[in-house]
Amino acid sequence: MRATVGASRSGAAPAARAGARAATGPCVLGLLAAIVTGPRGDGDHPWRGVERSVLGPRIAVFAVLVALLVGARTPAGRVSLAGLAAAARRRLTPLAPLAPLALVPAGARADARAPGRAWTARRAGPGAALVLAALAPLAVSRAGQQSMVNDIGLYALLALGLNVVVGCAGLLDLGYVAFFAIGAYTTAYVTSPTAMPWHAPFTVNPFLAVPFAVAAAALAGVVLGGPTLRLGGDYLAIVTLGFGEIVQLLANNAGGITGGARGVFGVPPLSVSLPGLHYAWGLAPLPYYYLLLGLVTVVMVVFGRLEAAPLGRAWAAVREDEFAAGLTGVRTVRAKLAAFAIGASVSGFAGVLYASKQFFNPDSFSLQASILVLTLVVFGGRGNRWGVLLGVVVLQGLAYALRGIVPPPDRYIYFGAVIVAMMALRPAGLVPAPVGRALPRSGPPVVPAQPGPAVPDPAVTT
Amino acid sequence: MLGSFGGLFAARALAPGGADGPTPAGLTAIALVVAGLAAGAAAGGASAFAVERAAYRPLRRRGAPPLAYLISAIGASLFAYNLAGKEFGRQSVPVPELFTDGPVLSVGSVALSTQSALIIGVAAVMLLGVDWLVSSTRFGQAVRAVAQDAQTASLMGVDVEKIITGTFVLGGLLAGAGGFLYAMTFNASYTMGFVPGIKAFTAAVLGGIGNVRGAVLGGLLLGLLESYGGYLLDASYRDVIAFGVLVVILLARPAGILGARAVRAA
Repeated sequence: MRATVGASRSGAAPAARAGARAATGPCVLGLLAAIVTGPRGDGDHPWRGVERSVLGPRIAVFAVLVALLVGARTPAGRVSLAGLAAAARRRLTPLAPLAPLALVPAGARADARAPGRAWTARRAGPGAALVLAALAPLAVSRAGQQSMVNDIGLYALLALGLNVVVGCAGLLDLGYVAFFAIGAYTTAYVTSPTAMPWHAPFTVNPFLAVPFAVAAAALAGVVLGGPTLRLGGDYLAIVTLGFGEIVQLLANNAGGITGGARGVFGVPPLSVSLPGLHYAWGLAPLPYYYLLLGLVTVVMVVFGRLEAAPLGRAWAAVREDEFAAGLTGVRTVRAKLAAFAIGASVSGFAGVLYASKQFFNPDSFSLQASILVLTLVVFGGRGNRWGVLLGVVVLQGLAYALRGIVPPPDRYIYFGAVIVAMMALRPAGLVPAPVGRALPRSGPPVVPAQPGPAVPDPAVTT
Repeated sequence: MLGSFGGLFAARALAPGGADGPTPAGLTAIALVVAGLAAGAAAGGASAFAVERAAYRPLRRRGAPPLAYLISAIGASLFAYNLAGKEFGRQSVPVPELFTDGPVLSVGSVALSTQSALIIGVAAVMLLGVDWLVSSTRFGQAVRAVAQDAQTASLMGVDVEKIITGTFVLGGLLAGAGGFLYAMTFNASYTMGFVPGIKAFTAAVLGGIGNVRGAVLGGLLLGLLESYGGYLLDASYRDVIAFGVLVVILLARPAGILGARAVRAA
């Protein structure tokens, strides 16, 4: 066995071998792409799909792609690519001041530099995002709007809640959807006399169910978190996973309490009934969308304040080094418990909205759903709520875009490939959390760094 | 790693060349079973190698945070098992009967079927093999060194990349052979790997991560809990009991039953 020093080999290696090495990756990628997009096989002819994908005339397309990729990796190709990139950068220079708007966490920097301009600078990015989000559903079909409600809006709420647990406090929670289920079932208990095998002695409007659902979810979070938060890493993950499984199994099997696998029907829709104002959310997706948009906005603002508050800074300290945080006087268990409870509350809140769409069943609360939410958070950039939002829009949007092109189960092939590629290219997520932003700086304002290539957050690697 | 193994099961599910017609007997049956195990293990090992190259190595090169590995593994698993679903069909496929199943040994009213005996035998062989490999070979020594401190290990002349690839392939071999046995009992389908993957992870954590004997103990305990739990209450509650006990055990022994006391979380 000899020590590997990656760089020492490449220089002396013969050109042919280097060429072969450079070509292997693209060739494998090309073959995979051909198979993924090619015809399908079945259980009786397991290799037919692969055979037709690789031996058919369509392989030519992928051969050209491979050739291009290999070309780009040769020294000459690298030079010309670098030239192209430089040209693109030159062309984009006038737009450079807009870059922080796209990545939004510009607020704190703008403050430090020019207090007079701070307000507009801080509001412009989020404002533009909000306007865009408000106009977006008008440009898509009804099915698209439905998807924006179910797949983007609800998941945005869930992902923002999980971001507090995973991103801010650095705790891995694999049973997050359990709180969503608790919120939904609590809503069913207190809003409808018929939806469940039994119901609370009173029934209320779904909006008034929010405090019950949030309290139930937060309580569950504290009850689960209290004893388990002293576990770390993998162990915490497996305990939360077990909790999530238990909740789903109870939902599925305890028919006498939860209605069982057939699901829950008849939770009344959300409605507002005030003197002079009466409105009920029906089946149309748009009103739900704007309701969700408003709620996501509120959650974004509240969490933004929270991150800068003492609690948010305690989370950052716990995430970066729990031991050191404890030594410097942070009440680590209390901070972690708060993260758990707040994350659970948001999830329970989303559960109310989900339940009030009239029907749900335990399938919605599977481990896969928890994993999907976690994936959205990490893909977008955990610890950065704007990144998380963007991650939800991009990944769920991708799933929706693939809906018409490939058979639904095949979408997950592309979904998986995107996730792997993303993690390989940007392990800290689409929009990585800026390092140390939550900590206030004393002394003269520091000149902010230019927006540059993403640096993986070293603090999170602990 | 739970995710990566999930995908592997499906990939190797159809590897054994199915024999149609009458149920084979005698030496043919043994040869077929061995061939199936070998093919399953080979496919599992190959997919583990591919997953390591595609989903783990690039992250290691960039020093990615641990969560990124988990997500990458989940992505690779989604990719692999859905691709298997596309190529091999989404219906479950029975493994052809390779031998006539019947009781080989009975103690009182309890009979041990050939199938169960086979599974127990293969598990015992794999267990002893891995235990020997990890505790008494040069490779095992290197694996343990890398697990403890990869940087120091590399300074001592251990080729860390090679060792990591090796452990992945080893895991894939075992998972592939296990998957073949699983498919003999429960048929093969493209989603078959997910639940066993989670259970395997649970068993490993229960016993104590990084401890081969602990993993075996965890697996046995989980299996017994599920069976007796399902028997004493209702079959649909067996997972509730299994996970409930898991939570309780981890609260009492946060590092698993045989796990070493955790040093400070690194």
